[in-house]
Amino acid sequence: MDVFGDWVGRAQAFLAAKPPALLAGLAGVVILLGVASAIAAVLPLLKPGKSFEELRLRIASWWGMVALLAGALLLGWQATTAVFAFISFLALREFLSLAVRRREDRPAILAAYGCLIAAYGFIVADRYMFYIVFIPVWVFLGLPALMALIGQTRGYLASAATFHWGLVTCVYNLGVVAFLMRVPDSEPLPAGAAGLVFFLLLATEFNDVAQYCWGKLVGRHKILPKVSPNKTWEGFIGGWITTAALIWFLGPVFTPLKGTGLALVAFVLPVAGFAGDVTMSAIKRDIGVKDTSHAIPGHGGVLDRADSLTFTAPLYFHLLALFGLQKF
Amino acid sequence: MRLLRFLLLLLVARPLAVLMTGADVIGRERLPLKGPAIIAANHASHVDTLLMLAVFPSRAVSKLRPAAAADYFLKDPVIGWFSRHVIGIVPVARSKAGRRAAEGEDVLAPARAALAAGEIVLVFPEGTRGDGAGDAMGQLKGGVARLAEAFPDAPVIPVWIQGAGRVLPKGASVPVPLNCAVLVGEPVAWTGKRTSFMDALREAMLALKAQAPPLRWSEDEAEAP
Repeated sequence: MDVFGDWVGRAQAFLAAKPPALLAGLAGVVILLGVASAIAAVLPLLKPGKSFEELRLRIASWWGMVALLAGALLLGWQATTAVFAFISFLALREFLSLAVRRREDRPAILAAYGCLIAAYGFIVADRYMFYIVFIPVWVFLGLPALMALIGQTRGYLASAATFHWGLVTCVYNLGVVAFLMRVPDSEPLPAGAAGLVFFLLLATEFNDVAQYCWGKLVGRHKILPKVSPNKTWEGFIGGWITTAALIWFLGPVFTPLKGTGLALVAFVLPVAGFAGDVTMSAIKRDIGVKDTSHAIPGHGGVLDRADSLTFTAPLYFHLLALFGLQKF
Repeated sequence: MRLLRFLLLLLVARPLAVLMTGADVIGRERLPLKGPAIIAANHASHVDTLLMLAVFPSRAVSKLRPAAAADYFLKDPVIGWFSRHVIGIVPVARSKAGRRAAEGEDVLAPARAALAAGEIVLVFPEGTRGDGAGDAMGQLKGGVARLAEAFPDAPVIPVWIQGAGRVLPKGASVPVPLNCAVLVGEPVAWTGKRTSFMDALREAMLALKAQAPPLRWSEDEAEAP
């Protein structure tokens, strides 16, 4: 009994040390997911004969992803960096497995994982100036040089470009999410550094879900039938307005943004999410697959889930750096 | 020993397979949970055995016994002990097969014994790993038909493993993490004749290959059916 009480006390102290806005935000997500689960449980009773297995799997996976990310954010920058390094690895592995097609590039694939470890190493070491030039300049030059040394010139340029695209989206752009956790408490952050990351993830995933729901409810006019046949103008614009409103009203709770900076994030982030989604769709269509893997039941691969984040993360990061943070 | 094997498979093999390959399974519900049952898979890499041990549901993994060449896996005492007790192989006396068969010795006896004991035997009917020059399926050897004939009620489940030859091709010593997909098909019934059974099995495996995601090098594309 004492041991149990001790653990409850420690958990209370752990949570009490966290910013109240962050805890409220996480609680809000849990309530939203709880409502979604309740609806998914009731739907089969209302419409018998129709299968809701995919929806059930999808929501079950959401619980898993929320638990993983919420746990990491509460534990701090070390856990968040580890989780994002692993997400980057899974996304990069999915991408390289489908996109790199030359047998001779096998050593370059191994080198690309080495670049991932080095890039996250700069986050652990808190060396921002190294991080921002490492992949865009040094890997951009070094990996093609390595591939030239291997000596296969057939399809060389396309393959070198493929590696760079994969490393920038899956590693460089996702890595900045972990880097946001290194913003010190000395800066005026309403919900700590974790609040910055929480709000980016919330806005990005909310945008995905809002575009999907608006499209399902009132979607009529296809927006990009050749690339993503299920996307509609109604879904895009509905999601845009809903997410922009969410960012405008909740932004000041979790970020130091206000005025012009906040308006800019609210206006552009939903568009970036849409752009990331359709860009990855174009790549999948080019390769001839529907999903990048089956890693997340009901969602597809890690890259299917994180596609919009690979575009929203750097945008959010740079607008924060411009309008709200001293560190970057 | 059984417990050690179970723990090693669950705590080492499974995370390792997920890290190196993603261990995607299409048709997991078709994997047999009790023996006697036979799984017939293509063979491109040592990763194949690791993958099959990793994707099997934990309540059935203790029953899974990969058939493996005795001359390759049992020649070294350390690898031999590991192969027998951790991988749980049933040895097949490959190199002397012709001669021993002539003497009337049954090279498939250990596999038969495992099936008789209600275990699930994993066979690679190509006999050896592909030569690394592609992911085409080689000639299928008839041992699996002899096992199916001896156990006509045991389901024979065709499996296609896509991509393992890229993670660790034959002759390579450094594995490279790349996604793989394991496609599990509907059981192939014993037809009453070895030749027609082998044709049906071959067709089932190639049908699975045709559905596999394009986790292959472009030069192997032409070989895809």
